[in-house]
Amino acid sequence: MTTAHSISVNINGKTYSRDVEARMTLADFLRHEIGLTGTHLGCEHGVCGACTVLIDGRSARSCLTFAVQMNGRSLTTVEGLSVAGGLNPLQQAFQEHHGLQCGFCTSGILMSLTELLSDNPDPTEHDVREILTGHLCRCTGYAGPVRAALATAEQLKSIK
Amino acid sequence: MGSKNFGARVTRFEDVALVSGQGQYVDDIRIAGTLHAAFLRSPHGHARIKSIDTSAAQRCKGVHAVLTAADLPERMRKQRMPLLLPNATMATLRTQHSLAVDEVCYVGQALAIVVADSRYLAEDTLAAIEVDYEVLGAVSDVRAALADGAPRAHADLDSNVVSQFVMNYGDVDAAFASAPHVFREELWQHRGGGMAMETRGVLAQANVTTDSLTLWSSTQTPHIARRMLAEVLDVDLESIRIIAPDVGGGFGPKAIFYPEDAVVAHAARALGRPVKFIEDRREHFLCATQERDQYWNVEIAVDDDGNILGVRGDMLHDTGAFVPWGIIMPYIAGATMPGPYVVPAYHLACTVAFTNKVATTPVRGAGRPQAVFAMERLMDRVAHELKLDPADLRRRNYIRPEQMPYSVGLIFRDGKPLIYDSGDYPRGHDAALKLAGYADFPARQAAAKADGRFIGIGVASYVEGTGLGPFEGVTVRILPDGRVRVTSGATSQGQGTRTTLAQIVADRVGCRIEDVVVTIGDTAGIANGVGAFASRLAVNAGSSASIAGDHVRASILKMASRALGLPESEIDLEDGKAIGRGGNRPTVSFGELSRAAQGMPGFSMDADHPVGLEHTAYFTPAQASYCSGTHVVEVEVDVGTGAIKILNYSVAHDCGNVINPLIVDGQVQGGVAHGIGNALLEWMQYDENAQPLTTTFADYLLPMATDVPICAIAHVETPSPLNPIGVKGAGEGGTIPAAAAIIAAAENALSSFGVRFTETPLMPDRIVQALQRAGAYGEHVA
Amino acid sequence: MKPAPFDYHAPTSLDEAVALMSTLDNAKVIAGGQSLVAMMNFRYAMPDHLIDLGNIAGLSGLHFEAQTLRIGAMTRQRELEFSVPLANKVPLLKAALAHVGHRQTRNRGTLGGSLAHADPAAELPTACLALDAEIEIAGANGTRIVPMREFSAGFMTTALGYDEILLAVHLRPWANGHGYSFQEYARRHGDFAVAGAAVLLDANNDGVIERAAVALCGVTDRPVRRDEAEAVLVGRQLDDGAIARAASLAGDVEATADIHADATYRRHLARVLTTRALHEASSRMRTKKREIA
Repeated sequence: MTTAHSISVNINGKTYSRDVEARMTLADFLRHEIGLTGTHLGCEHGVCGACTVLIDGRSARSCLTFAVQMNGRSLTTVEGLSVAGGLNPLQQAFQEHHGLQCGFCTSGILMSLTELLSDNPDPTEHDVREILTGHLCRCTGYAGPVRAALATAEQLKSIK
Repeated sequence: MGSKNFGARVTRFEDVALVSGQGQYVDDIRIAGTLHAAFLRSPHGHARIKSIDTSAAQRCKGVHAVLTAADLPERMRKQRMPLLLPNATMATLRTQHSLAVDEVCYVGQALAIVVADSRYLAEDTLAAIEVDYEVLGAVSDVRAALADGAPRAHADLDSNVVSQFVMNYGDVDAAFASAPHVFREELWQHRGGGMAMETRGVLAQANVTTDSLTLWSSTQTPHIARRMLAEVLDVDLESIRIIAPDVGGGFGPKAIFYPEDAVVAHAARALGRPVKFIEDRREHFLCATQERDQYWNVEIAVDDDGNILGVRGDMLHDTGAFVPWGIIMPYIAGATMPGPYVVPAYHLACTVAFTNKVATTPVRGAGRPQAVFAMERLMDRVAHELKLDPADLRRRNYIRPEQMPYSVGLIFRDGKPLIYDSGDYPRGHDAALKLAGYADFPARQAAAKADGRFIGIGVASYVEGTGLGPFEGVTVRILPDGRVRVTSGATSQGQGTRTTLAQIVADRVGCRIEDVVVTIGDTAGIANGVGAFASRLAVNAGSSASIAGDHVRASILKMASRALGLPESEIDLEDGKAIGRGGNRPTVSFGELSRAAQGMPGFSMDADHPVGLEHTAYFTPAQASYCSGTHVVEVEVDVGTGAIKILNYSVAHDCGNVINPLIVDGQVQGGVAHGIGNALLEWMQYDENAQPLTTTFADYLLPMATDVPICAIAHVETPSPLNPIGVKGAGEGGTIPAAAAIIAAAENALSSFGVRFTETPLMPDRIVQALQRAGAYGEHVA
Repeated sequence: MKPAPFDYHAPTSLDEAVALMSTLDNAKVIAGGQSLVAMMNFRYAMPDHLIDLGNIAGLSGLHFEAQTLRIGAMTRQRELEFSVPLANKVPLLKAALAHVGHRQTRNRGTLGGSLAHADPAAELPTACLALDAEIEIAGANGTRIVPMREFSAGFMTTALGYDEILLAVHLRPWANGHGYSFQEYARRHGDFAVAGAAVLLDANNDGVIERAAVALCGVTDRPVRRDEAEAVLVGRQLDDGAIARAASLAGDVEATADIHADATYRRHLARVLTTRALHEASSRMRTKKREIA
């Protein structure tokens, strides 16, 4: 039962080929096999959202996915958000609006908001809060992340 | 001297790494050769361990060690965890062994550790350990713990009572005897857990050559942990270094020293390999400490105008199976109850009893939410019975600002007389009411009623002792390159301690905030430390930073005066440079002065020349400093389902001088979210055998983004005279009165039905039950 | 919370998948994984074999015929949520989906997975029950069709044999102009329903109800159709009295007690939510029929 499966997966634009045990979760694969520790584990049962990444552009909980299922897929993690080594507008807005405190849930939230802003460039506060219900934050009371998301949407609209 | 950073909305420099996924939490730290631990945990609330057989487990794949208590060194096996806060009233000082020896007293108590090549393999191995238990009677409900013939939470103890103590002052019997009105309430309160998003974790690495030990731990208190670990392992304190890296939330439970950390450290030493233990969420529900049930039976005596004459009653506190932090929480609760009001006489008898659950230790609020709930429910009862407006009733009973400092008459948890140092409760009260549009609420309520909607408003006020001692030191050191290094025993689990300290120091020494480098949470960084809990760091570390910064400033000026040939009064410190006024503005940089303060090898320095450009200060507060505030909450109750929706949340918050409004507002908002959880969602349930029933995030409910509105926040700043920067703590005020205000609002929304609520959390089915009893549901259900 | 070891299989054809299910012991199918993997992480589920259906062509997608709709079992909930034709033809499904978990859940979760998992509080099985869906199942002996009423067999139990795979859901959309509503009470947004009511109504031009479906989720050990409630609705115009009677009958079921709610409260919710769902469905029906007219 420890048959290794060969997978080839694109993560943040770079292709990785690895052998993985079937039961290795995608979260553990990213963190320990690839060394991308920005994706965090808060519950391992699909509620807290800290492990959220994008699979082919779609938000997914990496604690509920096996690495072996990702063969041929294209993933984006929080490490893939930075632009030219600096913070992208959403990340900057999180700093500006105190969208994080301990930072543990933040990576996952950034991925979900990235998907939201891509699908819906003009979200309402309700839209943002609805997306945030896929995440638990114990520090901010959600005000900072909401403000940061709405501010980013405004900023991105004004750029266009 | 500038204060351009103190009080400014400075964004946090911690954030750059964190939003980029470059944070370093314990599980992110990778050392080659690390092994991974899992613990075998008791499935029973109370049982005797008859035997443990690890022979099959030791043969499992990838296993390096399987240890039980029997495998530990004798002294470590027999020693219980050091008790941090003993109290004379405690009948028993029972704390845990590192690994259970012959009895387990809560579901989740650890009996064995498996160390393997991976966490996956370690978990596989747990199933191979054979334990023969003799299940014993377990105590679950703390009220049952006091009954005659109740099972003993610990088989060898005669009683489940840990402590009985009284907090009192004044002649409460006389007050009640002559009072025109006496009202009584019986209240059940439950708090639940801190539930940080990052669970506990520790990575231990032993260095055999130097016989030393380094631990990275998701702890709020590395220096305390170091002392505890040294004692448990019986090693030299100086041989241990504990580092709290990035920590994903604390809220209290991570201030405790857990036995697992000692076992992991021991395993690292025994195996000569680094060992990492990352608690999973299920373990966190079982083993991370919590606050839980208190039963309050209290009454209030008032005159015809609602002026308080006295408060008395009793309180029963469930302390779980062990008392690592003594009886701090019920003590704090008892001392907090009089609150912002003039209470001429007070008597609260507290009983603390064991149950077979994980230990109860402080969670954000630390006993104060319960005290405030009790007091505020009594006040609302008075308002209801005497037909007074609840806000007016409070206002007429507040201690007035001119009465500060105000001696309550009790001894507080800091060991000092409970004296409120500063505060303006009426001003906070008025500010909150104004934010909330309280005066217009009756019209809003009537309009909603006409629409078939039930909305209500609730008010709650509190006083909170913060900035508890004994100290938190800070070293400020000018580095040879001119940057300013700040080191402290302070820690951060999200409260922005680094940025806050940088703000203070930059102002004091006269450098750019970008040039301040802050190191916290490392026992190697400073000799003495305490850590984060009880909203104490702004006061303690902030004051130490201010004092150390002033000393360094004085040294810089002295050296610059000599270097520039100018009197100190003609030198400004700005952006890391000492600049003379007038003329060609001669300048010397802090870096140059730092290098000069090293002297030259072999040469004598002048007698009073500073050695190294640095200072370490340990501010020691004389007593706690007292925050206060008022919350006003507007809710809507769905009479059909019992669901409560929070419409508006207004806070007036006095934490003295505000160092960083961005951070303080974040603490208030985050604290309120915990309070909403306490009021409406969070209930750690156990069955009658002390089996936990809520062990996942699907069963134990934390507030989501759709449950927590953005709070309107007004700051009232009454600086504390007890520290040089006039600050008070800000971490818990958002939580403390929240449940009281929310429950009051729900009751107000349903006032036409005459239902009253005396519990928290208040679940929707209880609301429906109450409405059913009140005959609210006719033939046609809404 | 790491899962126990298992062998992973990724068949590329249905036949291969069925063969694996028939020959392997303690094998489970993985669709979206949103329920299964959580249970595996807790080690509540410890299959020796996981058979991933995600690489089999033809298992997902919406196929509209004249009177029917076939939805492949592996269709992601997300695809259902954003399907415009589905929203037009079977608006009850879209209404139910609004309550299903969160964005991440629906990106990966599938219709078939939700039906096969059969959580009593799940919204999609309840909507399918109200719609009298027919479930297409593949096994070693070929395919068979099972009505949803039979498919839902007990607490987290379906009519699926241990070696069978849910292939597709067949629906007969109600006539254009019908009313629909999915009313749910959950403790927080996206949580499993403490109780929920799915309602479909259709009436003739005089407003006489000709067809009604009332299904509850979260109230008992499986989703339930409330035939008694439907019976008092059909054949008359809908008024407050009829709604109250129907709701009362709907709520008269033996209800589950658990840590979230007791039986009395669940029955109460069933009444309240059925009432609200009937009102909403009725209102939508009137609006829709006016639009058509």
